[in-house]
Amino acid sequence: MDFGFSEEQNTLRQEVRNFLEGEIERGLWKPSCDAWIQGYDPAFTKRVAQRGWIGLTWPKEYGGQERSFIDRLVVTEEMLRYGAPAACHWFTDRQIGGSILSYGSEEQKREFLPKIMAGELYVGLGMSEPESGSDLASLKTRATEDGDAYVINGQKTWTSGASFIKHIDLFARTDMDAPKHRGISEFLVPMDLPGISRIPMIDITGTEAWNDIFFDNVRVPKRCMIGEKNRGFYQVIEQLAYERGGMERLMGNYALFDAIITFVKETECGGRALSQDAIVRHKLAQLQVEFEVGRLLMYKVATVMDEGRPPTVEAAVSKSYATAFEQRLANTAMEILGPYGVLQAGSKYAPFEGLASHSYLGSKGYSLQAGSREILKNIIATRGLGLPTD
Amino acid sequence: MNLALSEEQEMLKQAARELLEERCPKSFVKLMEQDAKGYSAELWQEMATLGWLGLVFPEAYGGSGMSFLDLSVLLEEMGRACLPSPFFPTVVLGGLPVLEAGSERQKKLYLPDIASGRAIFSLALLEPKLGHDSKAIAVEAIPDGNTYNISGSKLFVPYANVADYLLCVVRTSRQEQGITLLIADAKSPGVTCTVMETMAHEKLCEVVFDEVRVPKENILGQLDQGWPEVSRIVQRSDVAKCCQIVGNLQWVLEDTVAYAKERKQFGRPIGTFQALQHYCADMYTYVEGARLSTYQAAWMLSEGLTCVKETAVAKSWINEAASRVFNPAHQIHGAMGVTAEHDLHFYTTRARAVELSYNPSSLYLETIAGAMGLE
Repeated sequence: MDFGFSEEQNTLRQEVRNFLEGEIERGLWKPSCDAWIQGYDPAFTKRVAQRGWIGLTWPKEYGGQERSFIDRLVVTEEMLRYGAPAACHWFTDRQIGGSILSYGSEEQKREFLPKIMAGELYVGLGMSEPESGSDLASLKTRATEDGDAYVINGQKTWTSGASFIKHIDLFARTDMDAPKHRGISEFLVPMDLPGISRIPMIDITGTEAWNDIFFDNVRVPKRCMIGEKNRGFYQVIEQLAYERGGMERLMGNYALFDAIITFVKETECGGRALSQDAIVRHKLAQLQVEFEVGRLLMYKVATVMDEGRPPTVEAAVSKSYATAFEQRLANTAMEILGPYGVLQAGSKYAPFEGLASHSYLGSKGYSLQAGSREILKNIIATRGLGLPTD
Repeated sequence: MNLALSEEQEMLKQAARELLEERCPKSFVKLMEQDAKGYSAELWQEMATLGWLGLVFPEAYGGSGMSFLDLSVLLEEMGRACLPSPFFPTVVLGGLPVLEAGSERQKKLYLPDIASGRAIFSLALLEPKLGHDSKAIAVEAIPDGNTYNISGSKLFVPYANVADYLLCVVRTSRQEQGITLLIADAKSPGVTCTVMETMAHEKLCEVVFDEVRVPKENILGQLDQGWPEVSRIVQRSDVAKCCQIVGNLQWVLEDTVAYAKERKQFGRPIGTFQALQHYCADMYTYVEGARLSTYQAAWMLSEGLTCVKETAVAKSWINEAASRVFNPAHQIHGAMGVTAEHDLHFYTTRARAVELSYNPSSLYLETIAGAMGLE
């Protein structure tokens, strides 16, 4: 047992911190909440890529560094701590690259992985549909074989970053007669193909958070299929474990945590600093306890990834736990701010540019995306504890 | 970073599990609750022979020179079994302080006897007046020639009823921190011991000292400088108690899940119902958090790293987690779980007692607030 980090990991962490602090000092971007999913900054992604921090764990033969998932977590943890705009490469680095590595052909690996690592290929997710949320296996988008192509028809929803993604990782039905889990295939589809259109959706924070993506007779070359035909559902289940298992579920709003701690130290109320108020102290200390435990759960997930198995149960634990933490963080920050808590970025009186109200509203969706809290608890109960399903 | 036990630790865990399953069934736990001594001398000797009592002491003092982390593994298994035994006070509250603060003479005098099962230790710290800092220590030791003369009452002294030695936290100066640790012979004239009535019947005692004489050479550490050592003892005890609770919680989780799989209502196992599944998922999450935060602190302590904050994190989490595990455990077990004949209550009572020992929850939050710079 060893809860410490190696010298190499400490050095890596320091390098990432120096890089990010330098970027902030030069005014290239401002730390913000949700920047991992909403901060689109191709130039930033390029600079991260130049340092070799995308695809850190991937094999050297494809340009990776074969470093551990703990190392990767060190990098992503710092990106989140500083609220860096990493959305362009976050999904590819987290799950798409891994999916290509696990299931892609040699040709696909050679085509896509170097582009991802160069910070040039951004991929969005095409999983959910209007009628298929938690019950993903019921999806209806069809991919019909026609000569050297599949013809896609249907609708995907909740796709983040659709204004800048270059490909979409699409799950579509390739066998209408097979049981629902066994008739789905995975495709990496270029977004510029004819017949693809999108409608943005605005979330309750006012952000263009997602898109509906429509596929109208889109001809996709057969070589775009990832993995085996009709095995897509099993592939996506594995991919989801990687999607859920990261520190972004705990630290997506770290900028707010940092800001509220500084705020209570610097703000006087009734003749003394707010930080001297026992209730304020205990609320924040309680959050700190929950944060520290969440961080351990995240590192536990990374150790499982390093063992080479998908962290299905561990990531269900860490994500269901950590999204609840994010919601409590926003809640506590608002309580401390009182009426100022509701102010949004546009108000000159808004503490820390409205991070609290943004986070409060934004965090409502955390326990829904990438597996609702209820689905995750089902996974823990059935896969983790072996409770029967019927 | 490596969050797995070593092969050696896994073997220790397995051996402890097997022995305690055989020698410490719940019928034994129940018997010991009613027993005046509250432990089995035979099992105690067996634990000495197995090397458990000397596990964490250097070979030079009759031990096996293993680490605090190794001890943590053993403590978790003892928690899992609800083992009634003076192991905790002897090793954690007595032996380790002697190893840390004792003179060479004291280490040679006491540690081999602890390792061989000849000496039972306990810690006499708390007093009738509620409090957790040095100001709360009122029992005085008055110098008189070559001895100190102790009078006053100490409470919640574990297994004092069978102890050979009491590590006494006494006031030797009116200065706020004028605290000294004295090793008293528990069989000295003037020592009266009464077992307190508690939920878990775990032999917490009231010890009354009536002009008890302790030789001056029995000071552990420095005269008037004992409080920092008391803080270290309590911190080490906190981590060790967290290990025990992790064992408690792990058993409760496994037992509850097993029951949910087996108990049928409406023609199907109750574990198929989503409401119960989610209780179980929450319990699992709390236990995972308890395990990781506890072993992080245990590892740091074992490595000699400062871990006051990490201990506070583990203890705060455990204090919360225990209720969050026990409440659904009782709910899922239904009314059987609140009967005296079911095993669950052994855990409910013990975990709660461990949780409440020494410092209040608010103090751990204060420690963390301090570490966050909230002044």
